[in-house]
Amino acid sequence: MSAILEATDRLLAGPSPAAGSESLAAHNVRLGPMPRVGADLIGTLERSGLLGRGGAGFPVGSKWRSVAERRSGPAVVVANGAEGEPHSSKDRKLMAARPHLVVDGALLAADAVGADELIVYVGADHRAAVAAMGRAIAERASTARVPIRLLETPVAYISGESSAVVNFINTDDARPTAGPHPRDRGVSGRATLVQNVESLAHAALIARHGEDWYRSAGRGPTSGTALVTISGAIAVPGVREIDYGTTLGEIVAGAGGATSDIQAVLLGGYFGGWAAVDDLRDLSLDPAMLADRGLSFGCGVIGLLPVERCGVWATSKILDYMAGESARQCGPCIFGLGAIAETTRRVAAGSAAPGDMDNLARWSRQIVGRGACHHPDGAAGLLQGALSVFASEFHLHQQDRRCSRPAATAPRGCGDG
Amino acid sequence: MESLLWYATRGAGMASLILFTAVGCLGMLTVGRWQRPGWPRFLTAEFHSNLALLSVVFLAIHILIAALDPYTSLGLGSALIPFSSPYRQFWLGLGGVSMYLIAAIIVTSLLRSRMGRRTWRAVHWSSYAAWPLAIMHSIGTGTDGGTAWGLLLVGGCVLAVVACLTWRIAATRVARARIDAALPARRVVS
Amino acid sequence: MGERLAIDRIRCDGYGMCAEMFPEGIELDDWGYPILRDGIIPDGLLPLARRAIEVCPVLALRLVNAPARPQSTSPVRPRPVESAPRS
Repeated sequence: MSAILEATDRLLAGPSPAAGSESLAAHNVRLGPMPRVGADLIGTLERSGLLGRGGAGFPVGSKWRSVAERRSGPAVVVANGAEGEPHSSKDRKLMAARPHLVVDGALLAADAVGADELIVYVGADHRAAVAAMGRAIAERASTARVPIRLLETPVAYISGESSAVVNFINTDDARPTAGPHPRDRGVSGRATLVQNVESLAHAALIARHGEDWYRSAGRGPTSGTALVTISGAIAVPGVREIDYGTTLGEIVAGAGGATSDIQAVLLGGYFGGWAAVDDLRDLSLDPAMLADRGLSFGCGVIGLLPVERCGVWATSKILDYMAGESARQCGPCIFGLGAIAETTRRVAAGSAAPGDMDNLARWSRQIVGRGACHHPDGAAGLLQGALSVFASEFHLHQQDRRCSRPAATAPRGCGDG
Repeated sequence: MESLLWYATRGAGMASLILFTAVGCLGMLTVGRWQRPGWPRFLTAEFHSNLALLSVVFLAIHILIAALDPYTSLGLGSALIPFSSPYRQFWLGLGGVSMYLIAAIIVTSLLRSRMGRRTWRAVHWSSYAAWPLAIMHSIGTGTDGGTAWGLLLVGGCVLAVVACLTWRIAATRVARARIDAALPARRVVS
Repeated sequence: MGERLAIDRIRCDGYGMCAEMFPEGIELDDWGYPILRDGIIPDGLLPLARRAIEVCPVLALRLVNAPARPQSTSPVRPRPVESAPRS
């Protein structure tokens, strides 16, 4: 059972999340009532450098501005709490513990971009989050300027992808589309801002305290704090809030320490990739610094792979999961990702055929950018990282057809879908 | 004189039927991705579209001569308003319906890039109705319907379409199975 | 300024006739799905590109304006799923 760990003084400040969702009254007492949208909230967000927390890391202020500066018509705001990434639980924990902070951010976004509708989109299996957001919406309905409705999304990895979100709202089909960008034509054909719930919560605090306050956190090039989810070979798995730039070593120590020696870390979720363990102590969880090393902060997933587990098997499990989660709309994803998953499984099982490794390298290059959404790109990135981080293990599996960790033929834990 | 026009009508009608049969077969071969080494598949597709335009010419000749031939006294009205002619009212009418469906298919295909895909597809699928209507029309109205060679010709057309249709359905099943086999068991998305 | 091909990946059903028609700009992957070459289409090849667009049974291809810029290199990290799809 995961627990929320000690937090820094921002999103998770206030009563312990274990105590349940914060009520409107308590929220207003602690933070004051929701501020009016200032003359230039969008400018404030831009200057704060707030990055999106859904995984893409796109600047929030710019995103709001591009919707606000549309040609005509009212807009729609969607608070995205789908959280389809299996190892991430930060969004559901945030919604369960601080629903009013999320609603604040969403209502501020609605005012800033000129929306006349707000939809809160939550993964159906995140029951605590669904309940908390439902109650919060009911409490705010009478005073909110725009109608708010809660929508539960089907369970799927890609259900949080922006075009899939819009498609589900419009047609009950939670698959990505290849049409216009949601900011141009989204829900009911109107300009739509799809924003992750954690991003909205940060925006709600920035609206109260200003951009300098936001920038006062963060140790490296990226300012601010972020929620991360730690899983795998860790004593106390769960969600915690960190300053950007905190090292992985500190985070692990703060979560009770690793339960075993660690060989690699899954960073950023299945859409991120593996990082080799030599980096552990020095690895700064700062999106810019990670990007410089070819790694990704993504949605803040930190999965510790212990030395007892086989990296090839762990990768194979993830690729099987991602292949299964394909929306099955685009050939390169159906066949390319399918072939990659099947081949990796063969290599993991010690039945690699000649040419398999060459095929994996070739296919992972070939499928990038050739789907309607970025799902195949994520799988390709994960595989490319794995081929590098677990190079010697892959070599062993392919050349000698054996695993250095034979007991781990059906691994569980980090890497399981 | 009259019989010359009458023969021309029937000849153009037969030619039109054979050509549209070929068009339909080529269409099914295109969709089913029929291929042979060394044969570029785009030729099948382009053959299909180009032949369709040629077939329209023969169809137009057939309709105009039949309508304007003083011997038949059908008049353009019979052609433009299905089931309005007293001569073999039902069978002639079927031809009229087929004509309109074909016209819609041709027009929508020429304007394909300017219209919704679903509309274009729905109209194009009516070819599966237009062709049998044409067959029935030719059997019912054609004076040659009773002759051996007439029946042989129509029979040949029917055989060709049945063969291609059977192949096309099987090919689609194979393609779908290929997709299903490519990925591990799915989780329900929608 | 010039034009390049863009493809609707969901509509595309892997017929592959586009690559037959315009091999200079389109090649097929191991499963018969098109890989579009980056960059602007030279004027002399535009007619072939247009025929490729015409021959596609599902109209998955189209021409779009493209700024004259050097061929893009693939990103070190692909963009995550949450961002909107490109064409």
